[in-house]
Amino acid sequence: MPLTKWWGCARELPGAPRTRRIGLTVGDWSPCTSDVAASGGRLLAMWASACAENSPDPPSGRGPGGVQEVYAAFLTDRGILIIELPLESAAACAIPQADYPGIEALFPCASRMQRAMAETSGLRSSDPDRRPWLRHPPEAYGFIRVEGEGVHEIAVGPVHAGTIEPGHFRFSVVGEKVLRLEERFGYKHKGVERRFAGMPLLEGHRLAARIAGDSTVAYAWSYCQALEGMAGHRIPPRAAALRALFLELERIANHLGDLGALGNDAGFAFGLTQFSRLKEDLLRSVSQAFAQRYLMDAVVPGGTRDDLSATRAGSLAARIAAVAREAAELRAIYEDHTGVRDRFTGAGILTPELALRLGVLGLAGRASGQALDVRIDFPCAPYDQLAPTRVVRHEGDVAARVAVRFDELAESCRLARALLASLPAGPHLASLQPPAEGSFGTGVVEGWRGPVFVALAAGPHGRINRCHPHDPSWQNWPAIEHAILGNIVADFPLINKSFNLAYSGVDL
Amino acid sequence: MRPAALISQALEILVALAAAPLFLGWVSQCRAWLANRGAPSVFLPYRNLHKLFHKEAVLAQNASALFRIAPYVVFGTMVVAAGIIPSLSGRLPLVAAADAIALVGLFATARVFLSLAAMDVGTAFGTLGARREMMVGFLAEPALLMVIFVASLISATTALPAISAHLASERLSVDPSLAFTGVAFTLVLLAENARIPVDNPATHLELTMIHEAMLLEYSARHLALMEWASALRLFNYACIGFALFVPWGIAARGIGPLGLSLAVPVLALKLAAAGAGLAVIETLSAKLRVMRAPEFLATAFVFAVLGLLVHILLGGP
Repeated sequence: MPLTKWWGCARELPGAPRTRRIGLTVGDWSPCTSDVAASGGRLLAMWASACAENSPDPPSGRGPGGVQEVYAAFLTDRGILIIELPLESAAACAIPQADYPGIEALFPCASRMQRAMAETSGLRSSDPDRRPWLRHPPEAYGFIRVEGEGVHEIAVGPVHAGTIEPGHFRFSVVGEKVLRLEERFGYKHKGVERRFAGMPLLEGHRLAARIAGDSTVAYAWSYCQALEGMAGHRIPPRAAALRALFLELERIANHLGDLGALGNDAGFAFGLTQFSRLKEDLLRSVSQAFAQRYLMDAVVPGGTRDDLSATRAGSLAARIAAVAREAAELRAIYEDHTGVRDRFTGAGILTPELALRLGVLGLAGRASGQALDVRIDFPCAPYDQLAPTRVVRHEGDVAARVAVRFDELAESCRLARALLASLPAGPHLASLQPPAEGSFGTGVVEGWRGPVFVALAAGPHGRINRCHPHDPSWQNWPAIEHAILGNIVADFPLINKSFNLAYSGVDL
Repeated sequence: MRPAALISQALEILVALAAAPLFLGWVSQCRAWLANRGAPSVFLPYRNLHKLFHKEAVLAQNASALFRIAPYVVFGTMVVAAGIIPSLSGRLPLVAAADAIALVGLFATARVFLSLAAMDVGTAFGTLGARREMMVGFLAEPALLMVIFVASLISATTALPAISAHLASERLSVDPSLAFTGVAFTLVLLAENARIPVDNPATHLELTMIHEAMLLEYSARHLALMEWASALRLFNYACIGFALFVPWGIAARGIGPLGLSLAVPVLALKLAAAGAGLAVIETLSAKLRVMRAPEFLATAFVFAVLGLLVHILLGGP
């Protein structure tokens, strides 16, 4: 059965544009996921309906009503398809010791999501890899070992020599050459999903904004998109334009920071100081306009917290123009510098074929030929009017990820100035009522790393029943394990930085 | 041995001990200026040493005696090296015991102890750093020796003060063979002192480190001695460079009040210029991939050999 059939059976879902949901039986689950994979669909997120973590009893896999659902969201060329599998009894899945059939064979990035689900909801997939993911039990973690003459292991982290988020990287090397890398996370596991449950729906955006601080706008907007969709609320055009402005400012600031850090990791400290200055200039202008450097809590349900006066819009536009001009100059320096070019080119190659197989999303995907951008593919207001230019490279090395950042930086500067030049008049906030119990919606926003997805289910009394925030880093972290292969271990920090994935965003 | 010679010897070492951290601070300051950054105080290395000497030393449980004595050996070799490199005066009694070739041996001794200590505790980073350090070392030493051979051939001696005095007295024009060896020496200096483009002294990324990776397990006074030894090594290399390539202004006849009043400002001037030059090189370069370091040092060796050939072709003795 082709994808169109499933898409046709699915019902429209509020929130993110072009999103549909379909309920499946265990028998339909595998054919449907196969069809999605065959049609080039990507796994966007995977979660379970209950989050039993922190309860006194170990999670049993069954909610109070006895019914649990497993959800998977896919990016297809028709839209976002969400499939739902209710697990009514343990016998529903014919596989021993498993509650549902895993999809890691079709979508390799699902493996870690399924392992995390087993810990937070107790639902076990059929994947034979049953090692813990978010939690750190006292037993030693079963890293896969490489045997052979002269092979040794280098363990890096979770405590690093610099101020970096915690993550453990286990290298198997011969001399300087990396034979295998295995990542181990979960050091920032803090029970975010559990914390969402029972929160007032109108306050959840504040927690969403704090999941990964560098993507605070993307998370808050994604949450609010889901909430507003469920409540049947349309935000004023001015609010949509301001949100897009926030999102592009977040993208510009993060790309500036990354480009500087990438220069520094190549031993080119000049790049770090110049880009840091540009970023700081931008953040100060943002702070003057919105009293917030990183725009945390700037997106609120129903619109935006702050409005923007015409004079401040003018000075912000001037600053963005200056950033775009200077970044273009610095790009010429990066591209002309033999030493920097030598470090960037050919380092950490992720081929387009591998990126497709691994389902890599966002910026890293676009540097490896994966032309996915939610702003263009499934635009919500105001991106349907703005028509952002798609940036794609095919080389897949550090240089390509740097080039994508430079191109996106220039494009985001253009978009931000266009938004500032024609901000719609009217209110920036319209209050909304919390959606009814049982309503379900999703939000998806192209953050600077890639699509940030939120699935939201309303409970009684205007409170959250279940909220699952999903960072594109889930999909992209495994790609680093492949991109490093055959490179020298000393190039890992540069390659890792060129992806710059979230730790907090995946250690929910 | 006359007391004057002893005084000049002692002064040589004391000036090196005192000025080495300042020189390092000066290089850092120049680098910051060149990157349009607010510069740290030029005295920062002293404060750092002071801080480290007042901390409690922590040793790994499985650290052997070698790990504990290595900082003293490394520091000691750098002090002795400072004693035989003419920076202020050419009248150094220690030179009778160690010539320029022994100087290369002193640097090698320090390297061996540093690498052994790094491997002693058995951490992955220490071993990684030691392995890379030995790779850099075994390529840098021949190049450095070749540089010294050229200068020795010109002046028919291997004692550094005599080489320096000969070069200063014989000619005021630049010997073409010395121009080639000068390039070779600069490349060796960058590699041996863990500067960009071979190593990055400012990085916090363990996996990319060479020199710093070997010091990760050290703390307090041990770390202070290691840091001070690093500063001394940079100072020593700078002074070898001065002795070979800009030998003018070194008091040949020991330290009299007159000689000192000339030699000290001249040395300060040379150090200021060399530090600024080093900062310019480091600012303009990116770090090489670790596996490119052999190519870099092979270039240094080729330049040194070219210097030797030019010297023979131009009819040296």
